[in-house]
Amino acid sequence: MTTKQSNVATMQAGYAAKRKTTTIIVYIFLSAMVLLWLFPIFWLVLQSFRGEPGISTSYLFPKQFTFDNYIRLFTDERFPYGKWIWNTFIVAAFSCVISTLFILMVSYALSRLRFKSRKTFLNLGLILGMFPGFMSMAATYSIMELVGLKQQLFALVIVYSAGAGLGYQVAKGFFDTIPRSLDEAAKIDGATRNQIFWIIILPLSKPIIVYTALTTFTGPWADYIFVSYFMKDNSDNYTVALGLYKMLDNQTINDYFTTFCAGAVLIAIPITILFIVMQRFYVAGVTGGAVKG
Amino acid sequence: MDYLDYVQMTKGQQIKYKITSFFTGIPGAIGTFLKFLGYLIKKFFAWIGNGFKSYGARFTQGDGATKASYLIMGVGNMAHKQFGKGLLFLALEIGYIFFMINFGSVYLAKIYCSGVHFDPDDYNKVADGMIGNVPVHYTVDPFFGTKTIDNLDTLDNSNNILLFFVMTVLISIAFFAIYIVNTKSAFATQEIIRSGKTPMGAVEELKMFLDERFHVTLLTLPILLLLVFNILPILFTILMAFTNYDKDHQPPGNLYRWVGFQNFADVFYSNPLKSATFGKILVWTLIWAVFATFSNYILGIVFALLINKKEIKFKGFWRTAFVITAAVPQFVTLLLMKLLLDDKGALNAMLGTQIPFLSDEWGARITVIVVNIWVGVPYTILITSGLLMNIPEDLYESARIDGANAFQQFTKITFPYIWFVTTPYLISSFVGNINNFNVIYFLTGGGPSPSSYYKAGQTDLLVTWLYKLTVNTSDFNLAAVIGIIVFVICAAGSLITFNMSKAAKNEEEFS
Repeated sequence: MTTKQSNVATMQAGYAAKRKTTTIIVYIFLSAMVLLWLFPIFWLVLQSFRGEPGISTSYLFPKQFTFDNYIRLFTDERFPYGKWIWNTFIVAAFSCVISTLFILMVSYALSRLRFKSRKTFLNLGLILGMFPGFMSMAATYSIMELVGLKQQLFALVIVYSAGAGLGYQVAKGFFDTIPRSLDEAAKIDGATRNQIFWIIILPLSKPIIVYTALTTFTGPWADYIFVSYFMKDNSDNYTVALGLYKMLDNQTINDYFTTFCAGAVLIAIPITILFIVMQRFYVAGVTGGAVKG
Repeated sequence: MDYLDYVQMTKGQQIKYKITSFFTGIPGAIGTFLKFLGYLIKKFFAWIGNGFKSYGARFTQGDGATKASYLIMGVGNMAHKQFGKGLLFLALEIGYIFFMINFGSVYLAKIYCSGVHFDPDDYNKVADGMIGNVPVHYTVDPFFGTKTIDNLDTLDNSNNILLFFVMTVLISIAFFAIYIVNTKSAFATQEIIRSGKTPMGAVEELKMFLDERFHVTLLTLPILLLLVFNILPILFTILMAFTNYDKDHQPPGNLYRWVGFQNFADVFYSNPLKSATFGKILVWTLIWAVFATFSNYILGIVFALLINKKEIKFKGFWRTAFVITAAVPQFVTLLLMKLLLDDKGALNAMLGTQIPFLSDEWGARITVIVVNIWVGVPYTILITSGLLMNIPEDLYESARIDGANAFQQFTKITFPYIWFVTTPYLISSFVGNINNFNVIYFLTGGGPSPSSYYKAGQTDLLVTWLYKLTVNTSDFNLAAVIGIIVFVICAAGSLITFNMSKAAKNEEEFS
């Protein structure tokens, strides 16, 4: 009896010890990976405070720490960082409002209203979404030229928000989960579909409205493709992404390398925080559709 | 072969069976896909046929006013006291006729020859003030002797001709739809009056747009914008693929014209440089998509499993630490990597080495895949760690009681579950990787670029080539061809995989 018990005890102890070692190994592995993962970003932050000029140094920690790179961002004449931020903000704000409205309208209609051509719209949206996003960039540019928006910021607003009708998936997935009995009850009470949308569904959809607004707002901050083609050499209307990219041009990279790093850090902070806050919606958006099939 | 035979096989046989059945399944899947296409086409024509049938039926059963509205829109409604609606139809018809006479017909006529009033290729050689039958005013530079055309605006511009042509066609389709609605509406009011009721007034009808027809109210504006700034440009671009709109034929001043399937032939076989470039880029695009998708998927699952182990504390911290690289805007993370990995970049400087991370063919290719892991794995971690928490704990409990070890638990419970739920995600990330512009463009810019490539480099994907052809070289026709090919690959690929995947089959079973 006692030997059997002690046997079990040693077995358990051995098992626990083995478990402990695997846990420690996992901790070490994860820590190493996180260090590796964050090293480039750490390096970027260090470079943004570097006092010495030039592209690269053979040592990791700058010899001279300074805020000059950040100050230079807002005082430099050649690369007006403040102006880019303002441009991007204007474009982002307008396309955020228009896109959010459109996305909510389309996804509500496709999710909760039943009409004859609904399936056709869903399929058409799927097909249109498979064309490479910027394939028709040249054609869109011609149209903008024709309506007098050549190299204008408003052309960007239109480009970012015109396709919004196609980005209905996440919001539609959300609307699908609101019980239909709510609509039915309101209908019995004599509410029109318009009233149901504004008074019943929208107040219930705050999280998805916030999510849609934030994603459509951050979109223009990260886009390079359309700005680079639409603005060409009109450097007054550059946005942050294009402007920072131009800093790394062969002729200017040597002078502006650390300034670029400062600009990149400054723009990355708010967007990173937004993403981390919103990540659970991203997951729900991607897997939500899959679970329901 | 049924399930019992399958279970009795050894592990190796099972894997072999799965692989062979995947490949032997491809023709079947393509067959299903084609059958599905055929079904769609049949349905489309049936729809048109039915449309004509009921169109004729309405005409024969209609009274005088309804018949009249087949020619003059809105008469039927006006005769039945729906003046507002009738007048609206009439105004639309007059507007359309006016548009067609003054504008549409001009461009419909010109599209046939794409505005070839004169030969664009040698307009510089023409001496007098006429090109064909079009008067042209030149200014001759006194010093260099080069000619510039002053009245460019009054000359034909192929871009405008093509664009207005597409616009006219879209407007005509929309008008035709309204015309059909008009005949339906005329007939419907006629029937309402015949049954002794009074037709709806304008106010009541407008109110329907807030209730029964609320979808029309919601969808009209988004679809209109989509039509003008999305569908119109796409159609315009598709037509460009059949013209010689390249860097030598740039309007205004030069016209471009139809060349049929010449550009497709160029890309596939007839132009040695372009077709060789296309072949190499296509192969690399597919290799890249496979490696980028599965490396992210597998490593992401491994990390998520480790983080979600019961004994590991601070799960939120670990997840967030990894997610940061996905949260920072890609142009920052990727440009930063480029600076770090450049030949004279910081990493080589710090290590004191000369490793060609980005300047050697396979070095650059491996680098982009590895860096893609760095920015892409966080997404898989995010998605799968949520799923891992959803797997019921008692499944593992009973597996442990049955004596399954950790590896068996993974292959029998965890992986099948994740695989099942994430198949659609896997498909969309494969398509996303075929279109992954950022990683390639910011990191290598497509380079290294030997001269055996036409305006492209060894890490270029089809989409980055498309971008370069559009932005750098203005070879719009070639860019359009590439765009169409990418579309076909993505559409066919995702439909076929979706047909083959379990998710699709199961959905059919349930519905």
